[in-house]
Amino acid sequence: MRTLHRFLPLLLLALLWEAAPRLGLINSDSLPPLTKVAAAWWSLLRSGDLVSNGWSSLQILVAGLVLGVVVGAALGVLMVWYRPIDDLVNPLVRALYPMPKSALIPVMMLWLGLGAASKIASIFLGCLLPVVLSAYNGARGVDRVLIWSALAAGASRRAVLWEVVLPAALPEILAGTRNALALSFILMVSAEFVIGQHGLGYLISFLGEGGAYDAMFAGVLTVAAVGFFADRVYLAVMRRALAWRE
Amino acid sequence: MAGVTGADLGRMARRSALVVVLVAAWELASRLHVTTDYLLPAFSTVMRRLAVDIASGQLPLALAATLYRALTGFVLAGAGGVVVGILIARVRLARWFFDPLVSVGLPMPKIAFLPIFVLWFGVFDESKILMVAFSAIFPVIVEASAATENLDRILIWSALGLGAGQRRLLWEIALPAAFPQIMTGLQVALPISLIVAVLAEMQMGGEGLGANMMQSFRFADSPGVFAGIVAIAIAGSVLVKAMEMVRRRLLVWHAEAEAH
Repeated sequence: MRTLHRFLPLLLLALLWEAAPRLGLINSDSLPPLTKVAAAWWSLLRSGDLVSNGWSSLQILVAGLVLGVVVGAALGVLMVWYRPIDDLVNPLVRALYPMPKSALIPVMMLWLGLGAASKIASIFLGCLLPVVLSAYNGARGVDRVLIWSALAAGASRRAVLWEVVLPAALPEILAGTRNALALSFILMVSAEFVIGQHGLGYLISFLGEGGAYDAMFAGVLTVAAVGFFADRVYLAVMRRALAWRE
Repeated sequence: MAGVTGADLGRMARRSALVVVLVAAWELASRLHVTTDYLLPAFSTVMRRLAVDIASGQLPLALAATLYRALTGFVLAGAGGVVVGILIARVRLARWFFDPLVSVGLPMPKIAFLPIFVLWFGVFDESKILMVAFSAIFPVIVEASAATENLDRILIWSALGLGAGQRRLLWEIALPAAFPQIMTGLQVALPISLIVAVLAEMQMGGEGLGANMMQSFRFADSPGVFAGIVAIAIAGSVLVKAMEMVRRRLLVWHAEAEAH
């Protein structure tokens, strides 16, 4: 009952979406009734278009995101651990961080062509810097006393890095990864808009250009829903992963 | 600069070293034809191209178009986001209505709605600006409502006790007290605005830095693509720096300013 009350506004909007074009308040080309959109979604699913493009999107998203998070976290922690790396990399990271990540896409197209590689590289580079900065801040915030006591107790530098610094930096890294997750969806969809050929972004813009607006709305809602649930699942996993801190 | 020691200078040298080395390596790699001029035009070629584009007026025009779209959308998102955020915190009906919308809208990839904006508003400034505003408004709403909710009750009670009306309470107590956190929301929204403006231009065309980069790409004009990304990177960092400065200026009275 409480969830129903909470999500009642969404339900009302859905009803309005169905009613407005049916009653002629809005041109049904501009806004196909929700049931038509649902029917179009079902036929996209049956025809396999949704599955094949979704699979393609999932692959490039995971590849780019995992690369970005692993490399970013490693780089951020190493910058704190080895001062010379910090001195070298930090100015570059700070200079490039405010760059609008979407501008990378044309350069990646130039270097890697119109395929999956450019999409993955755009996602990777877009996710990299936020994760680097969060890992850097997380590792820098590690209590010095913890490190000194571990070293004094005879732990090797490597053991301290793996067993003290990394776990202590984990909350920040995981928070940075959440930003990277949101960014990876943005970059995935836009790279697919621009580069085309495969993926949900391509499917949406293809359907829109072809005038199949009910199917286009179905595609947009699918991407929005997948992005939303990915964030929710990530949050749940993150809470579980950080449960040891309580 | 009496405090600068040799060690500081050494550190500064090391800090700018990688950038210098990278630029030199870039120049050298293309001079030695490690790759083709198409894949990596020389740094000097790109800089010359930037100068030409600035002199011809093409780059300033594109920059103006992109900034106009990004900043108009940002201002819409900022104003709308603050109003909705305060309403969520103060009016029960508004909370009931907007809360689920915001919790769904915040993590959702808004860029997927681009084709819908094209369908509804066309491919000109209007639809780009609205796309920017739609993408940037959610973090502002979230920070503004949290800021209003976290207001110190004692502050409000004292103001009311001293005879402040609702209007004065809003303008002289609530808004200034909530301002630091609202600023945080705006600082998240600004880079989003620029990202989305560039993307919308890449997809819809119509001048602007994003559209010009795509145009250059289609004509295999790689110095144009690289000049574009350099211009966008500079524009992005100038905007972000400007925002930090605005924050420091406007919050001189606030405790956080003392840390600087």
